[in-house]
Amino acid sequence: MTNKMKLKELSDILQDLNVESLEGVTIEGDIELNISGGGGLNPALAYALGNEISQISLHMANIGRMLGFPAEQLFASAFQSGEMPQTDKFTTSPKLQELLDSKFEVSKIDSWKNTIQEVTLGASSADGGSRKSTVTLGGENALPYYFDAEMPHRNYITMDVFDMPIGMAKAVKGNYEDVINDPAEWAKKVVRDFNADMVTIHLISTDPLINDTSAREAAKIVEDVLQAVDVPIVIGGSGNPEKDPEVLEKAAEVAEGERVLLASASLNLDYERVAKAAIDHGHVVLSWTQLEINAQKELNRKLMKQCNLPRESIIMDPTTAALGYGLDYAYTNMERIRLAGLMGDDELTFPMSSGTTNAWGAREAWMVASPLKQDSDWGPREYRGPIWEIVTGLALSLAGNDMFMMMHPTSVQVLKELTQTLYGSIDAEELDISNWIGMEV
Amino acid sequence: MKINSPLEAYKYLPATNCGKCGEQTCMAFAAHLIDRSMKLTDCTPLLEEKFKKKFKELDKLLEPEIREIEIGVGEKIAKIGGDDVLYRHKLTFFNQTKFAYDVWDTMDEEELVERVNYIQNFKKFYVGNFLTVDMIAIRSVSDDPERFASTVKKVLETTELPVILCSFNHNVLKAGLELAKDRNPLLYAANKNNWKEVAELALKYDVPVTLFAPDDLDLLKSMAKTFAEMGTEKLVLDPGTFPTGKQLKQTFTNFTKVRRAGIDGDREIAYPIMAVPFTAWMAHDDPVSASYWETVVASVLTVKYGDIMILHSTEPYAMLPELHIRDTIYTDPRKPVTVDPGMYKVGSPDKDSPVLVTTNFALTYYTVESDIASNKIDCYLWAIDTDGIGVEAAVAGGQLTAAKVKKGIDESGFDLKKDTSHNTIVLPGLAARLQGDVEDETGASVLIGPADSGRIPGWMEKNWPPQKK
Ligand code: SF4
Repeated sequence: MTNKMKLKELSDILQDLNVESLEGVTIEGDIELNISGGGGLNPALAYALGNEISQISLHMANIGRMLGFPAEQLFASAFQSGEMPQTDKFTTSPKLQELLDSKFEVSKIDSWKNTIQEVTLGASSADGGSRKSTVTLGGENALPYYFDAEMPHRNYITMDVFDMPIGMAKAVKGNYEDVINDPAEWAKKVVRDFNADMVTIHLISTDPLINDTSAREAAKIVEDVLQAVDVPIVIGGSGNPEKDPEVLEKAAEVAEGERVLLASASLNLDYERVAKAAIDHGHVVLSWTQLEINAQKELNRKLMKQCNLPRESIIMDPTTAALGYGLDYAYTNMERIRLAGLMGDDELTFPMSSGTTNAWGAREAWMVASPLKQDSDWGPREYRGPIWEIVTGLALSLAGNDMFMMMHPTSVQVLKELTQTLYGSIDAEELDISNWIGMEV
Repeated sequence: MKINSPLEAYKYLPATNCGKCGEQTCMAFAAHLIDRSMKLTDCTPLLEEKFKKKFKELDKLLEPEIREIEIGVGEKIAKIGGDDVLYRHKLTFFNQTKFAYDVWDTMDEEELVERVNYIQNFKKFYVGNFLTVDMIAIRSVSDDPERFASTVKKVLETTELPVILCSFNHNVLKAGLELAKDRNPLLYAANKNNWKEVAELALKYDVPVTLFAPDDLDLLKSMAKTFAEMGTEKLVLDPGTFPTGKQLKQTFTNFTKVRRAGIDGDREIAYPIMAVPFTAWMAHDDPVSASYWETVVASVLTVKYGDIMILHSTEPYAMLPELHIRDTIYTDPRKPVTVDPGMYKVGSPDKDSPVLVTTNFALTYYTVESDIASNKIDCYLWAIDTDGIGVEAAVAGGQLTAAKVKKGIDESGFDLKKDTSHNTIVLPGLAARLQGDVEDETGASVLIGPADSGRIPGWMEKNWPPQKK
């Protein structure tokens, strides 16, 4: 190739490029490009122009190289990269000056046609009881806190009280040492100091393998608790399938008219007896199954059809497993139950209750340190325990659980704060997060 | 994906039943495509030139509804998004939420390196694996490009973990990008003011970018559409994480709306979602309250559709529950709940080794097994068929009874009298009430072990070998 080049040839090259035919671009005198249009240029035209100009500059650069000037280096430094690989990107993507218009839209779910049964616990004097407050669960038409439908009732928390001292995680025990031998005082304390919506009295000493307390004796404790607090109560047995029906029967009798929750009826005990006690004395039954949606359907069906328990007297406990110890099954089981209920399965349209206290069974909640040497430090357990109970509960609240049976005051406080925030009843100072990155913490 | 039955996928396959994919038939392979347990490229014949068109078409149909985005490079690369369902039981959720813990450019170097190391080394053993966290988010507090660059440099030297470069100032981002460009970092973020400059960076360096439109889904969608038009779909959407009150409720609503729209097929908004529970620190002064609330917000948004999040608290009481709630939600619900009932050897047990009873609930079984194995204890571990229910619940529900223990022993072919020198069974502490019944049923002596298998080593020291009666 020759090093000589005439201006004529230059203009021929430009002619080949068809630059004159490009609207808005003229080449004058000493190769000055004049682009009209400015910022308001439409993106497609700007892109086309950019393309042409780049082509021209490429040819110019070639000319420069013919003249012995290392034009490629000039390009490299101008674009701050070795081989100009990015030009590729730019030639395929138009640079926009304005955001494209778009409207966000999403539809509501139309297959949620069923309403979850409303169930009220506790009865005031007007209804034949002596409770100052009552609690109504259920009534949902959507998954919890969803925008599809207003959630009619907030979540409620009932705190555990036992009829005898029991083994507890250290972080829990510290809160109850002064009342551990007195269920009535214990009940008062959780309502007065810890803001419990309800109280659960667990009659565990009735277990023949523990104290074998008689049903009659146990019923007295129920009376004491009903005297001590004026919130609705839950009455739990010991979990012994032979003894529980009798214990719950007697308890139901002394709690006549108070609309307590009897915990629980299950497929492995005489659920008919428990259901009958509820019907005879105006109570609600907790229908408890173990992580099995079909078993839950079966038990609910039996309670309704075989025992004639009214729909408004059933709450379900599909079992709560702790975070890290089967919460995935518990979560999905509840979520499936709630979705099935919303979509029309009448055997599953009941409010749900969770034994969130089970979270304390997780070693992460109570052990001083990890038993495994390879683990990173687990940190102080007094903070680990409550958050374990909180996270177990909050996951289930998102799956549709209505009521939580809980143990640690901090857990109760934080879970209440969260569920009521998502429910929409908590106001807080509005925060501007638009510059969160620069925050000093 | 756009199809949901194996038949629809089958139409595109070679239909030769050649078996190269490892399945007997193309139909069986098609079923695996639909449940996403196999990849289209596993059918090697389909990669041939003559099937090119079919491959392309089917590949398109199989694309997940939510785009999958990669951040970082190499072994620690983080993938987010890629989901096809709103409820985990409908299939499973893919690509678990990635946790990025923050560092900032006003930290002194020693503190910075220490924090990065703590984050990258944090681990928690769980069911045969370690749970770990994923990324470092580098925040520009100084707003000074040079300062940011030197922090980025230090972080990159210290860890292979992917990084998020956080600033609303494009000059700061650019300074960081210059150093991190080979590590495919995530940019945080483009907003309504800086989007042009940030888009230019994302395109020029070809890296993923977060779009930040606090509580403005129209703007968020406009930005996503604009960026896609300009040539990048490597986008992460941040609808804003407001930590408290009605704003938090609105945050929850925004997350569920964006994901529903994406799964419902609105491609313009079908990107992974970014949560920033970090903002809890704007609402709480006390570090314990802030950590707690941050963990709570992180947990809610892990359950409900956050694909990646930026966090501040590295307290174990924050990180442990975060790791576990993520595992909870992302565990494949189709995986078996149980191990086969029977007698398992842990280590190399002999006649004098203990015989421990547990349930066939996979989680219980693996927990006990790892506790024993990691403490180098040789023993027999008996998984009793409790229908996959854990010890405490199985005792309460009648799935773990003396008769079940007896049946398990009989069926395993293990003879306590012949195969051990002690004829002793160790029941879990939570099954203590079965002691008498099991002794009666089996004729063996029964010891009660600890309530938590983590305490087996200490228990062994005190109670094993058993005292001769
Ligand atoms: S490799 Fe492809 S063609 Fe062969 S059996 Fe599998 S799906 Fe069919």
